[in-house]
Amino acid sequence: MRVGLFIPCYIDQFYPNAAIATLKLLQKLGVKVSYPIHQTCCGQPMANSGFEHLTTGCNDLFIKNFAEFDYIVSPSGSCVLHVKEHLHSHEEEEKAVSVRKKVYELTEFLTDILKVEQLTARFPHKVGVHQSCHGQRGLKMSQMTELVAAPFSKPMQLLQMVQDLELVELSRPDECCGFGGTFCVAEEAISVKMGKDRVADHVSHGAQYITAADMSCLMHMEGILRRQNSQVKVLHIAEILNAEEV
Amino acid sequence: MNTGTKDHAGLADIFNEDEARVDWHDETLWFVRAKRDKAAHTLPEWEALRENASQIKDNVLSNLHDYLLQFEAKAQQNGITVHWAADAEEHNQIVHSILKAKGVTRIVKSKSMLTEECHLNEHLQKSGIEVIDTDLGERIVQLAEEPPSHIVLPCIHKKKEEIGELFHEHLGTPKGESDPQFLTAAARVHLREKFLTRKAAITGVNFAIAETGEFVVCTNEGNADMGAHLSEVHIACMGIEKIIPKRKHLSVFLRLLARSATGQPITTYSSHFNKPRAGQEMHLVLVDNGRTKQLGRADFRNSLKCIRCGACMNTCPVYRRSGGHSYHTAIAGPIGSILAPNLDMKEYADLPFASTLCGSCTNVCPVKINIHEQLYKWRQVIVKEGYADTKKAVAMKAMDFTLSSPFVYKTAGKAGRWVMKNIPFLVNNKLNAWYKQRDMPEPPKQSFSEWYKKNNNE
Ligand code: SF4
Repeated sequence: MRVGLFIPCYIDQFYPNAAIATLKLLQKLGVKVSYPIHQTCCGQPMANSGFEHLTTGCNDLFIKNFAEFDYIVSPSGSCVLHVKEHLHSHEEEEKAVSVRKKVYELTEFLTDILKVEQLTARFPHKVGVHQSCHGQRGLKMSQMTELVAAPFSKPMQLLQMVQDLELVELSRPDECCGFGGTFCVAEEAISVKMGKDRVADHVSHGAQYITAADMSCLMHMEGILRRQNSQVKVLHIAEILNAEEV
Repeated sequence: MNTGTKDHAGLADIFNEDEARVDWHDETLWFVRAKRDKAAHTLPEWEALRENASQIKDNVLSNLHDYLLQFEAKAQQNGITVHWAADAEEHNQIVHSILKAKGVTRIVKSKSMLTEECHLNEHLQKSGIEVIDTDLGERIVQLAEEPPSHIVLPCIHKKKEEIGELFHEHLGTPKGESDPQFLTAAARVHLREKFLTRKAAITGVNFAIAETGEFVVCTNEGNADMGAHLSEVHIACMGIEKIIPKRKHLSVFLRLLARSATGQPITTYSSHFNKPRAGQEMHLVLVDNGRTKQLGRADFRNSLKCIRCGACMNTCPVYRRSGGHSYHTAIAGPIGSILAPNLDMKEYADLPFASTLCGSCTNVCPVKINIHEQLYKWRQVIVKEGYADTKKAVAMKAMDFTLSSPFVYKTAGKAGRWVMKNIPFLVNNKLNAWYKQRDMPEPPKQSFSEWYKKNNNE
């Protein structure tokens, strides 16, 4: 099995630790991973702003980088969803279709493909899970509170394998944090208010860490936590699933 | 995005100046959403019901022409006078002409989002006709001279103290009195007098049944019935998409509507009107106003399935924190944001962007409208039609250039974390919208790709 690691641009630039943890975690689980060095971005920021027609360059590059792999894995539900739903190619649509089919968000790859049942990680802290919308409602990584259906959560299933980790329960388990790509600056007031409310739900339930399968939501919440001088930290789920004895 | 102050972000900014009020607004609507969840979860067949409703509506939209003609013929047989209006203007003229012919200058009207969409009140008032809204929430916003902020809960943005103040001013209740029960009793007395003295009543229509030519009006206050039963002329106004094929289909929608709207099993009154009583005139106005145009837009026609339950507003985290008026259109919230650009793409170019695309609206929608996908699609259309902000367009082109080339991207990244300056969500547009209330991420010493090159030489 050959796995290509897709690291979204802002993780590459700002959160290399999340990417390193993803790589090491996959390697620890015996997966042969490579990182195509010439990758940039999936094009989502443009597409969600209404400029999908400008993503041709990004798409072609993405296909060039990743078409050869059996699976493409990424620590970002949102970028994966974008690729899954919107990646197209004028010249090589067949390849685009195959890319769309084999791209996975990290936790769904771990539960659905690798069928991971145990992990060696230990993280003795109280952790709140932020269910990022694109992962949850888009990729269906967890059941959604709006639907009448049996509950499940792939990220939580994995976090429960982490030794000494305590999951905190939230008042609103799957409310959006307000990041929303360009929404976070175009609609600054609401975005921040949503982020503050989301953070408050975690903090009031005693979370010491907020984690998610999407770093962009965490970046937004981190910005708010830091401004509030809060001690609560954000960590990408890969960093917790890969946590060594602390 | 839009010029002037009429843009969602700007209006939401003003709404957010009073944070305690935003909290109150958010919690009030969340309470309704939670009630909806509870009511939905009592029905194991909920998702099947939604699917059923969605398919019935698919059938309706594919055969709208036939169902409308069938409905018209049946309604006429029942003794209802049927009118057709191509747009809001024609609708208003038709209603006005009916009233004029009867010499009526004072009317009662129960809740109808269609008449809001057509600005009927303003039109009639300009012609010297007094309109009294009889739904309590509608009456309150009418006294405040505001449009409704929600399609089911029109004055959800008002606190009881503010309502007490309005009633004191207009209905003479004691100053400082804000007890809801007391105020409701006062409104009842005030409205009774109107019901008894007005000769014409306007109602909306929730469902119109092609098979029988009857229409159904759902209210919790019985005000539509009071108005219609006491009047000499009953005018019902409906959008052409309100048709359902058969009576038996009604139960599917009635079960979904109230649960989605307020968490009730059914609305208090679901009244069937199929013919005028002796001596009464019954008119029905069928309105297009952009609906056939939307029907022709393959990506957006699904929006015509909407039964106006308001669930998508209650669940929308953006709506809850920006208030209905920030959408500057009769139908606010997620569904309004996909309906409005159809009517005027320029005026409402901002609305499809007033969303994080979280998808919760799509999940609660009882007729399974893919609302968030349509928001995404509207964004593409609006940009292509040239209604996007020019600064944004330039930034996007620069982004395309950088991200299409690994070399440019890497070089730019090295040169001081290019992304920090250029990724649109971190762009310092207007006084640095990110930094205003959030800290920037701390740039690390090296990017992942730099680390990878050093540590992972395959
Ligand atoms: S779009 Fe769906 S959820 Fe929203 S008001 Fe219409 S029927 Fe209700």
